Amino acid sequence: MTDMISNQQNENSAIDDQYIFDIHDFNLWYGSDQALYGINMGIEKNKITAVIGPSGCGKSTLLKTLNRMIEMVPNVNTSGSIKYDNADIFSKKQMVEDLRTQVGMVFQKPNPFPKSIYDNVAYGPRIHGIKKKKVLDEIVEKSLRGAAIWDEVKDRLNQNAYGLSGGQQQRVCIARCLAIEPNVILMDEPTSALDPISTLKIEELIKELKDKYTIVIVTHNMQQAARISDKTAFMLTGELVEFTDTDTLFSNPKDKRTEDYITGRFG
Amino acid sequence: MQIHISKSRMKRRIALNSIFRILFFLATTIGLVFLSLLLIRILNQGLGYLTIDFLRNFPAPYVEEAGMFAGIIGSLFLMLLTAPIAIILGVSTALYLEEYAPKNRFTNFIQVNVQNLAGVPSIVFGLLGLTFFVYLFQMGYTLIAGALTMSLLILPVIVVAAQEAIRSVPKEIKEASIGMGATKWQTIWRIVLPAAVPGILTGSILALSRAIGETAPLLIVGAATAIYTIPDSMLSKYTVMPIQIYSWTSRPQEEWQFVAGAGIIVLLVILLCMNAIAVWIRNKFQNRY
Repeated sequence: MTDMISNQQNENSAIDDQYIFDIHDFNLWYGSDQALYGINMGIEKNKITAVIGPSGCGKSTLLKTLNRMIEMVPNVNTSGSIKYDNADIFSKKQMVEDLRTQVGMVFQKPNPFPKSIYDNVAYGPRIHGIKKKKVLDEIVEKSLRGAAIWDEVKDRLNQNAYGLSGGQQQRVCIARCLAIEPNVILMDEPTSALDPISTLKIEELIKELKDKYTIVIVTHNMQQAARISDKTAFMLTGELVEFTDTDTLFSNPKDKRTEDYITGRFG
Repeated sequence: MQIHISKSRMKRRIALNSIFRILFFLATTIGLVFLSLLLIRILNQGLGYLTIDFLRNFPAPYVEEAGMFAGIIGSLFLMLLTAPIAIILGVSTALYLEEYAPKNRFTNFIQVNVQNLAGVPSIVFGLLGLTFFVYLFQMGYTLIAGALTMSLLILPVIVVAAQEAIRSVPKEIKEASIGMGATKWQTIWRIVLPAAVPGILTGSILALSRAIGETAPLLIVGAATAIYTIPDSMLSKYTVMPIQIYSWTSRPQEEWQFVAGAGIIVLLVILLCMNAIAVWIRNKFQNRY
């Protein structure tokens, strides 16, 4: 099948391929330290996939590889393949900017720009060449509504995003991510810097976003993974130990190490 | 087991503390005393000669008619040429080193050498300017040759200051931009530079205020000591404030020392203003994250 045909199919959303990411025998090294070992994993469309595991297990590394943000770290080497939408993300033809437009990211610490709320959300559309005020206004409102924060900020769009609370900032960051209409949203422990109430709001938001987006979320909060995700992957020292339906993983883990981890024996 | 704390030792420690406080205070005072003496002497000698005419007149053979106009305008024009050249080159270099250059030995080598260049005596830059701009490029003893030499002189300082400013932009907001499919240049232009501008400006102004007081390199690349016109093009002859002051102090008659004092006051006031602007910019834009 040629790329063109597969693209067309996707646009018609007549998708018979259930996996948006296909990770095959993937290894990654930071310099000479291997961080990921032979990862095989398929990430399903319009599902929430959680990746759990103790600190340093490679879950963030894996997440950042999916939109190649990992390349910001010097001396990273990889082997194996990762396919997004059936195309190798590491191929020469793949423009990394295009990949990151389709695979958006929300970071651990809320990281709004030191600009107004409006300019934060309009940033993505603007870098992709949208200049018309009317179009931008529409995108900003739609994105902020999508991130369930429109009502809280609609009267102060021109104020600096730094004046918002941590939870609000994170939702503005999610809105900023939605503004370029990605297919996938990667979330790197998006609630670890937030209080319980803000966390709850973000979790509800993530569940709502599932209808339109594929979400991959890294968390070291197991309850969070159990609450919101459809599929859960458990990683340990760079290996994917177990990857299955969330319910199955938490109620009936196959691997002894998974069981030890989810019952709180380590990590 | 209870440890025994000797009261007499404690008194000794406290006494030692006071002694060090006094020593450090004296060290601070010595610097301040000499600075005040210098200022008092200059103000004493110069204030009487500091008149409106002094600011408006060209150099003259008589003390009463001597003025600094050519130097003030010369310095101003020199800085107006130097600033854009040095800032554009310096910020570009800093951006390359910080954002684009691969982190390898060669980059390190450049990095170390830029820092070393910042410590090279200014007269060496004067010789460089004489060899390249004045002779090789046949610019002669002109304003542009002086400005280019000065640009080279302050370039390393600006590069280092700009690098620090660029480095202090939080990694998180750069990642946010890159993560949305922005190119490196878009990220630099929309995120990094706006956040780094205060630091870059502060560093640049401090570098320029070093340049405005420089004499040696300009003597070498042929700034005039006595001149009766102001520059009307980049190829004009020119003089600057410190060179005029230098030429007055080297005259034998005592009253010329007073004229030099007046010149120093003018130079100091301009320097203080530039530093004040730098401090103001730094405070105004501080703590934006």
